[in-house]
Amino acid sequence: MTGNTQMLAGDAALLHDVEAHDEHHDDGSKTTLGFWIYLMSDCILFAAVFASFAVLRGQTAGGPDAKELFSLPYVAGETACLLLSSFTYGMAMIAAERQQRSATLRWLGVTLALGLGFMFMELHEFAELIAEGAGPDRSAFLSSFFTLVGTHGLHVLSGMVWMVVLMAHVLRRGLTQANIVRLTCLSLFWHFLDIVWIGVFTIVYLTGVAA
Amino acid sequence: MFGKLTLEAIPYHEPIIMAAVAMMVLGGAALVAGITFFRLWGPLWSKWLTSVDHKNIGIMYIILALVMLLRGFADAVMMRTQQAMASTGAAGPLPPEHFDQVFTAHGVIMIFFMAMPFMVGLMNVVVPLQIGARDVAFPYLNNLSFWLTAAGALLINISLAVGEFARTGWLAYPPLSELQYSPGVGVDYYLWALQISGIGTLLAGVNMITTILKMRAPGMTMMRMPIFTWTTLCSNMLIVAAFPILTATLAMLSLDRYLGMHFFTNDGGGNAMMYVNLIWAWGHPEVYILVLPAFGIFSEVISTFSSKKLFGYTSMVYATVCITVLSFIVWLHHFFTMGAGANVNAFFGISTMIISIPTGAKIFNWLFTMYRGRVQFTVPVLWTLGFMVTFTIGGMTGVLMAVPAADFVLHNSLFLIAHFHNVIIGGVLFGYLAGFTYWFPKAFGFKLNETLGKVSFWCWLVGFYLAFMPLYALGLMGMTRRMNHVDNVVWHNYLLVAALGAAIIACGIGAFVLQILVSVLNRKSLRDLTGDPWNGRTLEWATSSPPAFYNFPETPVVTARDAFWEQKQSTGAGLQPLAAYRKIHMPHNTGTGVIVGGFVALLGFALIWHIWWLVVATFAGAAAVAIGHSFNENRDYYVPSTQVAETEGKYFNQLTSQV
Amino acid sequence: MAAAPLLSGCDMALLDPAGPIGAEEKSIIILATCLMLIVVIPVIAMVLLFAWRYRASNKAATFKPDWDHSSKIEVAVWGVPCIIIAVLAYVTWVSSHTLEPSRELVTEKKAIEVEVVSMDWKWLFIYPELQIASVNELAFPADTPVHFKLTSATVMNSFFIPRLGSQIYTMPGMETKLSLLASAVGDYDGLSANYSGGGFSDMHFVAHALSDADFAQWVEKVRAGEGKLTMAKYRELAKPSEKDPVTTYAEVEPTLYHDILNKCSDGSTCMDAAVSLAMAKEVAGGDLQLCNPAKPRG
Repeated sequence: MTGNTQMLAGDAALLHDVEAHDEHHDDGSKTTLGFWIYLMSDCILFAAVFASFAVLRGQTAGGPDAKELFSLPYVAGETACLLLSSFTYGMAMIAAERQQRSATLRWLGVTLALGLGFMFMELHEFAELIAEGAGPDRSAFLSSFFTLVGTHGLHVLSGMVWMVVLMAHVLRRGLTQANIVRLTCLSLFWHFLDIVWIGVFTIVYLTGVAA
Repeated sequence: MFGKLTLEAIPYHEPIIMAAVAMMVLGGAALVAGITFFRLWGPLWSKWLTSVDHKNIGIMYIILALVMLLRGFADAVMMRTQQAMASTGAAGPLPPEHFDQVFTAHGVIMIFFMAMPFMVGLMNVVVPLQIGARDVAFPYLNNLSFWLTAAGALLINISLAVGEFARTGWLAYPPLSELQYSPGVGVDYYLWALQISGIGTLLAGVNMITTILKMRAPGMTMMRMPIFTWTTLCSNMLIVAAFPILTATLAMLSLDRYLGMHFFTNDGGGNAMMYVNLIWAWGHPEVYILVLPAFGIFSEVISTFSSKKLFGYTSMVYATVCITVLSFIVWLHHFFTMGAGANVNAFFGISTMIISIPTGAKIFNWLFTMYRGRVQFTVPVLWTLGFMVTFTIGGMTGVLMAVPAADFVLHNSLFLIAHFHNVIIGGVLFGYLAGFTYWFPKAFGFKLNETLGKVSFWCWLVGFYLAFMPLYALGLMGMTRRMNHVDNVVWHNYLLVAALGAAIIACGIGAFVLQILVSVLNRKSLRDLTGDPWNGRTLEWATSSPPAFYNFPETPVVTARDAFWEQKQSTGAGLQPLAAYRKIHMPHNTGTGVIVGGFVALLGFALIWHIWWLVVATFAGAAAVAIGHSFNENRDYYVPSTQVAETEGKYFNQLTSQV
Repeated sequence: MAAAPLLSGCDMALLDPAGPIGAEEKSIIILATCLMLIVVIPVIAMVLLFAWRYRASNKAATFKPDWDHSSKIEVAVWGVPCIIIAVLAYVTWVSSHTLEPSRELVTEKKAIEVEVVSMDWKWLFIYPELQIASVNELAFPADTPVHFKLTSATVMNSFFIPRLGSQIYTMPGMETKLSLLASAVGDYDGLSANYSGGGFSDMHFVAHALSDADFAQWVEKVRAGEGKLTMAKYRELAKPSEKDPVTTYAEVEPTLYHDILNKCSDGSTCMDAAVSLAMAKEVAGGDLQLCNPAKPRG
């Protein structure tokens, strides 16, 4: 009976827990935690790609190096697009928390446009490099550059597809609890990509041009 | 239209392969015919393939693992036969181009498609029950994870009939795995099968961690969790931390092969050593991903069947966490002979040895759990005792090879092969088989035949020693791994003994299959209605067997470690009906996982054969189905309290009438 | 049945070393094994003993179902392995340094240099001081340090003469170093210890440790033979082949090993040249160019 006497102390709290457990009302905390764990794993994926870039950045195989290829002002433009889109996503979240559907959608639209701008600039840069003969098959340095920046770009692209889907969700059902959780996850994802980009900007472009 | 795929891709001229393919096709046809004849497609689809019930998904994982065990073991038999027959100068039945595929497939299948699904399957069946939850955190994702793993396994099996598999060894070191040296589709099969199943594993890891962190029964603090739950948590943390490295590494190799990039190529500034570092930065934690849950199983088994609390629970937990952390700083011991320098080699050698300290502490804790207990020699206990002896030997040879100076002569030899089979068979596989026998009555409601289980165990144990002890000796004689043929009469004798060992293991597998068949036939007499056949200690035994789909009619409350044991001690009885039942919130089944898995398998096939239109179509299909699923609002429902009461009432009626 | 031949050490190449490196490695294997047996034997004995003593049917044995902790035992089971691993760690640290493969053995005799190239699927040995080369046959004087520099013309392999000790990987575009010594005259089997594709199993050679006089004679014989290993001949040799017979070359292109290592045996730009060009570019500000330049961004 020792177990039972121990239990009496926290009895009320425990019983409340049982009810909450049974009801299975997900306030989104499971989803958010799960998404955080996924993001951390994504972070390690980027770490591996960053590490490869660090190893291979000097391996130009007689081809062009970072200094010859990159234009900092152009990349600064890309960076501005992405950073600004994080801000506008933040505005969308504030609007969502206030249950302002049309403001949420508007801010999401602006975010999407900024994301598109970023993607456009990145693809333009890629196209130009490839046209100059500095494609991913030119050297190990360029392989790792295209892969690192491209992996980030693919993430942004999937973030944008996800954003369109969520806009459809919000249009259909409004700012329900489920949709707020979804928007929160995308928000984590979007800000995460911003942080990764700051790493890309610093390690690939800034130190590449300055070295 | 079909990319690189032509009729030439089917190896008509290889009688051994064609016979295997014919068996696979006939077996598949018989299965399809059987299902059609008994009109089982409907129930199969609605109760199993689309199920989001963690128990059903776990069982499907284990079925996949056992099927792949047979396939991987067939490869092992071919290798042992070839080496035994081709060690006195003869060519042997398998030419190098076939033999090299066989040893690659053996490693890949046994690790990725036998051990991993077996492990994830056991976790799925057991962990939610052990923590008193109704399901995992993301039931639909769980179903999808399974189908991604199955898609990967399917691709490997297709490679037998269409095209070829990699001839690179199980980790596909470049430059050998680059287009220049492996122009065929073998490495592409390898890459996409692993990439797809790897993503499934990663998602399963996210799911399991969230489940354990968020869904434990009230009162179950971290330090009250059963050890198997603890090891599952640590193992899945390793999955989440290590598998992205595998994904990135395989992606880079794919980019080299598909887009002419230069990550690991001989030209263009590529660096093959980087691949070796990256793949082992995943590969070493992978070893602990596999073995930690096995440690958990042994802890549960030894404590239950000694009728005694686990000795040193706290130190067991800390040992597990220690191993988890240390497993990330030892990867270089897989290539001391690459010239990294004395300081680097010494660092990784010593960090490797340090892992043996917490591992040793665990062995002692199991020992002292038996001490002053009442040990029943059931089949799971036999596996555990076999493990403790065998794994200790494997651990010793492992620490030996962690000394770089010793590894300089032992590396890549059959001594190494003997060592890792010593820990993987003796540790991982014995553990999973112990868990399989231990939890089988929970999953199906009847026990397994004890005699055949013991036969299987002894065959495995004797077969293992006969198969692998000669390999240690051969390693000391200087025989290196992956040899297609040699000419050495002394080695020949040892290889014959090893082949005999493989034959005895085959008997062990045969006894195991027979055990399942016999037990299914005799399921009435082996029936366990109590839900608690072993006088268990943890919560998975605190419900009927097999549990109702909602697991527990009411969420249990935990006040101590060994929660169910304490409950039995204080109430003096096992399961009791409740006065009143509540409605229960449960998820609906969904076909999304199996459909997406199907699309992804086709996507992998299209990528392997460069069928680009199909790549686009299947990718779009998978994405569309997954996005469509997000618009499905009807995902969950309430089981009315009357239905719960009815189910439980039926169960308790049965129980009392039996008694 | 496996135990009988196991006891006769003569079949065990690693336990019958023919040189100081192999001998030290053998003694480390034995020392480490003995150290670990201090724990391993009692553990195995206790597993069997405890299981039998506390079998359920033995009602005479003490039964304490709630006993789950003892600080004394905990200290012992963590402490004893800690001490053993500490000793082993010390051995590891010291031996990693003394037996580091690139560390050059020094005796009163002048070392002989050999450049080793693993190819599909054969071994090429170049003697830079003697300007001769051989395929699938290695000869060197006994009791003399042999300094190997190794690389690969193809995929990774591992250069291993079990009775002499340490193996080392050969990797394309990279150079590893290994120093060995044979204490006694004899023929020792050598092989590739890292799987390298279809012809891997036949990638073995014999290492002849000869007396000084015999070695001089071997060199004379090789020099008297036919053929120079020119670049053209090397490119012919580099094509994949299996079970190649022993071949010797009376002369060898002096830059051959360098060109294989720097991946320019096919006439392309050497890696080291590319690197020095890149460094020159740093200094000159990017005006220097290779023959096939990529257009720099304007």
